Amino acid sequence: MSTVFARDLRLAFQGGGGAMTGVIFFLAVVATVPFGVGPDLNLLSRIGPAILWIGALLSALLTLDRLFQADRDDGTLDLLITGPTPLPLTVLAKCLALWVASGLPLVAASPLLGLFLALSPQAIGAVMLTLLVGTPAIVFIGAVGAAVAVTLPRGGLLVSVLVLPLAIPVLIFGVSATYGAVNDPDPFWPPFMILCALTLFFGALGPVAAAGALKAGAD
Amino acid sequence: MPGPGRGRRSGPPAVTTLSVSLAGLVVGRGVAAVAGPFDVVIRAGAALVVTGPNGAGKSTLLRTLAGLLRPLGGTVTVDGAATPDGEPAVRLSEVCHYVGHRNAMKPGVSVGDNLLFWARFLGGTGAGVADALGAVGLPGIAHLPFGYLSAGQQRRASLARLLVAERPVWILDEPTSALDAASQDRFATLVGAHRGRGGIVVAATHQPLGLEDADSLSLAPSASAVSAAGPVEIDEAALDAAEGWL
Repeated sequence: MSTVFARDLRLAFQGGGGAMTGVIFFLAVVATVPFGVGPDLNLLSRIGPAILWIGALLSALLTLDRLFQADRDDGTLDLLITGPTPLPLTVLAKCLALWVASGLPLVAASPLLGLFLALSPQAIGAVMLTLLVGTPAIVFIGAVGAAVAVTLPRGGLLVSVLVLPLAIPVLIFGVSATYGAVNDPDPFWPPFMILCALTLFFGALGPVAAAGALKAGAD
Repeated sequence: MPGPGRGRRSGPPAVTTLSVSLAGLVVGRGVAAVAGPFDVVIRAGAALVVTGPNGAGKSTLLRTLAGLLRPLGGTVTVDGAATPDGEPAVRLSEVCHYVGHRNAMKPGVSVGDNLLFWARFLGGTGAGVADALGAVGLPGIAHLPFGYLSAGQQRRASLARLLVAERPVWILDEPTSALDAASQDRFATLVGAHRGRGGIVVAATHQPLGLEDADSLSLAPSASAVSAAGPVEIDEAALDAAEGWL
């Protein structure tokens, strides 16, 4: 399992791995919002956390379709499926590697982009924390979509469409926890705990479901 | 635990009783049967060459044996083999190498690192990377990215995977199709050595692999069975199911 994790991480950061495309897309989405909304700092700082979360969600979806596709194209997936490691654990290792390579950079970039949107320091901290907890759930959900679409030639868009409805609860609770940390009457802990629960739930369910889809789709 | 396990695997009793049995095995894609039923027993040191015209189901049979496709009927059993952990093997996929049409190597990663990954992932004992590359006639290229090699060299480098992780059963699907005559001879020697150690080889090949004495399993062209009976009937059912779903 650690072997797969280390290899995927290295491949992601090597040339053509595409780990950084997510961050660049995130940057592009968030940086264009102030131009579209206008220079109203109050408005920007009010919608800022939601913008950051939507940007992060879309960027995470963008990197998902390569999760199994590259391995399938060169035949590696056959050996991963039949290998001695149980397939759900292999999928879990691949998900974790993908999250470290493409999810963590999103979390790391969010404070800088929060400044673009005139967020208060407290809001920036809350966005970082909720993204850190919430983005793994998006990767685990996306792994199922990527596994279902792996045999399709242009599965990328299909993955996003399949995954988006399932990722909506993550978005809702991520954003409401962030607002809870900033606006006084709103509660922070209940939505944050539900966000944690979503990540744990999909962390347990996602790899098993993705492994089932990969096995059924092996041709 | 690895101590007794290794003893059981390489010791004489395990090797002599190793056998793979196909009992009434029917293979196919989806629900369409492509070939079978097969009733074959392959014993330690023996080989099975699968022959037949294109589309007869050679690859389907081999992928079913490797555990990538579910058999439509019948069973594949393996006796007397131990997994790399030392447990008795239940399924053939735990104790076999599968070499398909694709190389399963990353073009941007060096040959040595590619093989090292497979050695670690597949587990068990095996030759070192340098030794394995020497055995396939590619000494001293471990540092080169896999993508820099020619098609034949890539094939040979990926065949070195058979050596870095030891498995008693090799399932080979056209393993030497891109190789020149000298490389084919060298690979035939490797296959012979593997069988000499008590290993089993199941191969679909048109080239000589030193398997002239092997049992041959000839697949008849199954075009009529597939196109007449299979898909038409299935399409109806599948369509109804799909419409119901939507």
